[in-house]
Amino acid sequence: MSVDTPAEDLIPPPEGDVDLIETDYEIGQDNIQPKLGPLGFDIHNPVFATSAIVITLFVIFSLVFHDSAGDAFEAMRTWLTSNFDWFFLLAGNVFVILCIGLVLSPLGSVRLGGKDATPDYNYIGWFSMLFAAGMGIGLMFFGVSEPISHYTSSLGGITEEGGLRTDWAPLGGALEDPEAARRLGMAATIFHWGLHPWAIYAVVALALALFTFNKGLPLTIRSMFYPIFGERVWGWPGHIIDILAVLATLFGLATSLGYGAQQASAGLNFVFGIPGGINTQIILICAITGVATYSVLRGLDGGVKVLSEINMALAAVLLLFVLLVGPTIGILTGFGANLAAYAQDLIPLSNPFGRADDNFRQGWTSFYWAWWISWSPFVGMFIARVSRGRTVREFIIAVLVIPSIVSVLWMTVFGGTAITLINNAGLTEIADAALELKLFVMLEGLPLSAITSLVGVILVIVFFVTSSDSGSLVIDTITAGGKINAPVSQRVFWCTFEGLVAVVLLLGGGLGALQAMAVSTGFPFAIVLLLACYTIVKGLMSEPR
Amino acid sequence: MYKKIVVPVDLEHIDKLSKALDVAANLGKLFEAELIYVGVTPTVPTTVAHNPDEYVAKLKAFTTSESGRRGHPATSKAFTSHDPSIDIDQYLPRAVAEVGGDLVVMASHVPGFFDRFWPSHGENLASHTNASVFLVR
Repeated sequence: MSVDTPAEDLIPPPEGDVDLIETDYEIGQDNIQPKLGPLGFDIHNPVFATSAIVITLFVIFSLVFHDSAGDAFEAMRTWLTSNFDWFFLLAGNVFVILCIGLVLSPLGSVRLGGKDATPDYNYIGWFSMLFAAGMGIGLMFFGVSEPISHYTSSLGGITEEGGLRTDWAPLGGALEDPEAARRLGMAATIFHWGLHPWAIYAVVALALALFTFNKGLPLTIRSMFYPIFGERVWGWPGHIIDILAVLATLFGLATSLGYGAQQASAGLNFVFGIPGGINTQIILICAITGVATYSVLRGLDGGVKVLSEINMALAAVLLLFVLLVGPTIGILTGFGANLAAYAQDLIPLSNPFGRADDNFRQGWTSFYWAWWISWSPFVGMFIARVSRGRTVREFIIAVLVIPSIVSVLWMTVFGGTAITLINNAGLTEIADAALELKLFVMLEGLPLSAITSLVGVILVIVFFVTSSDSGSLVIDTITAGGKINAPVSQRVFWCTFEGLVAVVLLLGGGLGALQAMAVSTGFPFAIVLLLACYTIVKGLMSEPR
Repeated sequence: MYKKIVVPVDLEHIDKLSKALDVAANLGKLFEAELIYVGVTPTVPTTVAHNPDEYVAKLKAFTTSESGRRGHPATSKAFTSHDPSIDIDQYLPRAVAEVGGDLVVMASHVPGFFDRFWPSHGENLASHTNASVFLVR
């Protein structure tokens, strides 16, 4: 068949009008193609080399000075999230308002990839990938623990010392009122997992998809700043943005992998009595890295998407199980009640000024916002890559609203069940258990706990794999100057490097230091994302609708 | 002996294809066979094209230029892929089957240590198609 008559399932039909940015920059023009033995590379020289060197230096620094580095980075993280809590909260609100504004405005009808582009993935595959990359693992750990934390702190009410609140209750708490504490605890939890985090991801993903698919710029973070920097975005201003994105992603992934291995081995120890020492943790990291490497070698469709769909199916089975064998009626009525509580408390909880709940606002909300923002280059870029063919309105509704509703459902089922078990069955050990074990302790209070706990452990591990493989693809693309067809050995390198960093830090100490560093990158990225809000609107306004 | 010769092309590395293109054109003339250039592109912008449409146009221009230069008629066929570095192993056998190719002429590298564990695209194609495969090194 000639190119004049492409088949429907091959080249998509003409993409229609788009407003390509005229630039002299050619993708890959700054790349070099070194060979390391039999392996060939195609890498963006300043970004790849600088990122690799900085990562190595940080790891060495964290290993040699892990106590002082840990203290210093943790102090920096705390200082940022405590002193700039208003900034994080304000930025989060801007992202949500921008998203809602775009859905309601005529700009929402712009299609990513051109006026006639068709979606690359169906809703199930698309949603599974963005959810597994962005939030899956967090829900496994915080689905039970966070509602309980807010519930108990709310129940304890307000305590003060020297005119300052020392309690961790959200807003005004709910002293000795279990029903109000439950309502407030669920509203606060859903606030941290609902519209705001997904709006952060949506902004990054939308900006990247727009400037890649509609403007013809490379799929790399710097592209969304073309309207601000112009051609200088291909120089050092752009290099710095891309390097920051690589550092935030790799530090975030490697430290999560390290902590994840500790948590998964604790789970294995609790459920099956398998010794949870350093050897088990290293085996887990190697296994996760191995499966992630295999996944990236199978490609986006054959590896990452398949694993994400398997994971979401398993998560749905676990959710349904807890829903059916747990307090079903309570959960079902709780879903609507929690949604209403979230809607009612959304404005007070997102208010950046004039609040007294310092511990909650700075220790929880501000920390979360910095965390989500530091993960946003990775998750946003991955979402962008799989979102071609959607309109802006469809994209935002799917990225913002649907995951938020799933988060509400997840928190209602797991958090609601846990609170009910504590209140009605007296299972206070759920509240007393370590963070990584709360889910398993709760499952013990339900039938078939051996099977459900095994599913829980598998979910934890596979969610790490789905974060690791998609993260490696993202880092590989950024360090290849936006090329997604660079040699496969590069993605294997990043996947392995990430596992190696995790193992080294696990053995030598320093996971806390690098994680605090990763979260701290949320501050500069918050500024970067606010600029991206401007470039999105500017970019969309020039698109044919 | 052969009626349709499929020639996989990577427009980003045309400089590395000249020997394979020569062989394919000569075999095309010898057997009076049709030449079909096949390319795979992602949906995101690449070194070659900003979008699949532009890629199709460039592949077509390449085909026209090659057939004029070598004096042998050729057509082309393009595929889009989400992850072409990996997916090319699936698309090549599919392309050969769809166009009814009976010979594939493609450029390939000299095998090294890693090829014992990770087969080249040419080796993979030979294992998944009924057509003859001519690897040009």
